[in-house]
Amino acid sequence: MQLVDQAKVKSKMQTRLAQNKILKGIFFGATMLALVVLVILLYRIFTQGIGYLNLEFFQNFASRFPEKAGIKAAFFGTLWMMAVIAPVALTIGVGTAIYLEEYAKKNKFTTFIQINISNLAGVPSIVFGLLGLTVFVRMLEMGRSVLAGGLTMSLLILPIIVVAAQEAVRSVPKELREASYAMGATKWQTIKKVVLPAAIPGILTGGILALSRAIGETAPLLMIGALTFVAYLPENFLSGFTVMPIQIFNWTSRPQTEFHDVAAAGIIVLLAMLLIMNSIAVLIRNKFSKRL
Amino acid sequence: MKTVMDEKKVVKAPRSEEQIKEKDSVYSIQNFNLWYGKDQALKDIKFEIPEKQVTAIIGPSGCGKSTFIKALNRMVEMVPIVKMSGDINYRGKNIFENKYKVEDLRTKVGMVFQKPNPFPKSIYENVVYGPKIHGIKNKKVLDEIVEKSLKGAALWEEVKDRLSENAYGLSGGQQQRLCIARCLAIEPDVILMDEPTSALDPISTLKVEELVQELKKDFSIIIVTHNMQQAARISDKTAFFLNGEVVEFSDTNQLFSNPTDKRTEDYITGRFG
Repeated sequence: MQLVDQAKVKSKMQTRLAQNKILKGIFFGATMLALVVLVILLYRIFTQGIGYLNLEFFQNFASRFPEKAGIKAAFFGTLWMMAVIAPVALTIGVGTAIYLEEYAKKNKFTTFIQINISNLAGVPSIVFGLLGLTVFVRMLEMGRSVLAGGLTMSLLILPIIVVAAQEAVRSVPKELREASYAMGATKWQTIKKVVLPAAIPGILTGGILALSRAIGETAPLLMIGALTFVAYLPENFLSGFTVMPIQIFNWTSRPQTEFHDVAAAGIIVLLAMLLIMNSIAVLIRNKFSKRL
Repeated sequence: MKTVMDEKKVVKAPRSEEQIKEKDSVYSIQNFNLWYGKDQALKDIKFEIPEKQVTAIIGPSGCGKSTFIKALNRMVEMVPIVKMSGDINYRGKNIFENKYKVEDLRTKVGMVFQKPNPFPKSIYENVVYGPKIHGIKNKKVLDEIVEKSLKGAALWEEVKDRLSENAYGLSGGQQQRLCIARCLAIEPDVILMDEPTSALDPISTLKVEELVQELKKDFSIIIVTHNMQQAARISDKTAFFLNGEVVEFSDTNQLFSNPTDKRTEDYITGRFG
């Protein structure tokens, strides 16, 4: 006796194949939608901003006249802020990750920390701005400086770096750690000579991606009161400053339409910078994943 | 043998007296019990492991033989839920005493694992890893250690022209011998081997077995194996583990030709396991 009715199998075949085709179409459409939106956005920005994008745009400070307006202060402000964020966020972030993964015993306390790190990653960035304003600008009297802005941004991206570094550390094979411990290495020697070298590509990739998030953020810096019209470069970490997203925000809120084109030019610069950073992250990841 | 290390004062073990007192045993295990959470993995283990001989530990899967060998250098403590009672004395000192530092123990008791686990570094860097963490920096001394260790592991001829190449480029058998060389580089007293040939092909297995015969002149070797023929071929003493207990421990010839316990006989004649 045959349990499988061949006629029924045959009649179902067409529907099954058609269903497969339709769903493929839907998924392809979803992907295309995102792509089309991106292309339109880029097209608009480029056609608007390309006219203002020349050498002078990088050499000029902010100005009341659109043709004289430049991004110099904001560009260097962003670099200055990165100089604060990168060391602060990486040191604290990687330190936390190593402690949680290698040293801390798994108990209620560490679980509590772990949950809160994940929660912090979901806190709106404006809340970090409020924190920065209260703690760094007012309590520690740093004023509206590069340092205060950088520290606020470090806090913002810290959870991202911690989670990325934890994953990188966790993915180092257990066998390598065992080999090191079995030869009488201490925990720190094992971390320094085995765990970190193997985890560093992952840590760097996560770090760069987090950093590129930080230089694109506007809200926390508006909160701590970064300046919007700056005609000088920061001289030290306590100088006032502006950064690219704030400069762009400032330009778009002006009534003259010419400034909207200047803003588009600013966006091109910011996008280029983000693209370069993300590409570096991808390069690092590919280079090291081939080696192992 | 010990000259290189002694010069640098790495081996701190004050063991002259015990050495005379218990010359023929490196490990003395007394009423040793071990639990993973609530499951008891080792029950009342009690025997002496002789010096400069090969001691094989055999038994079916899950009998606790790997757990036991990992207790000998306290690697088993890396499992967080482990609980232990009883004593394991190494050269007359209880290794579970508070003041006994596990780093010190593992400097004298090396280990080779089931799967070859070289570091993703050059062959040279793999071998000098141990000496370097113990503070030996002199390039000439390190070079000598590399040559001696690789010769000791019967790998020197195969790799002497490519010491700076990544160890991952070696075959599985070569990697395992590199791991043995890495272990020899800190000039240990005991070498623990946890099924060192289970991931290797027959020819590589044979090479490692020959190597073990060579090494027992200078080292005390404890080897876990699920391969009874291997135990019979290379060991002087054999312990048969079953369900976390030592059923029988005696000379290898004796155990395989004339076992005293019925369960040992059943196992070695292939009636179970």
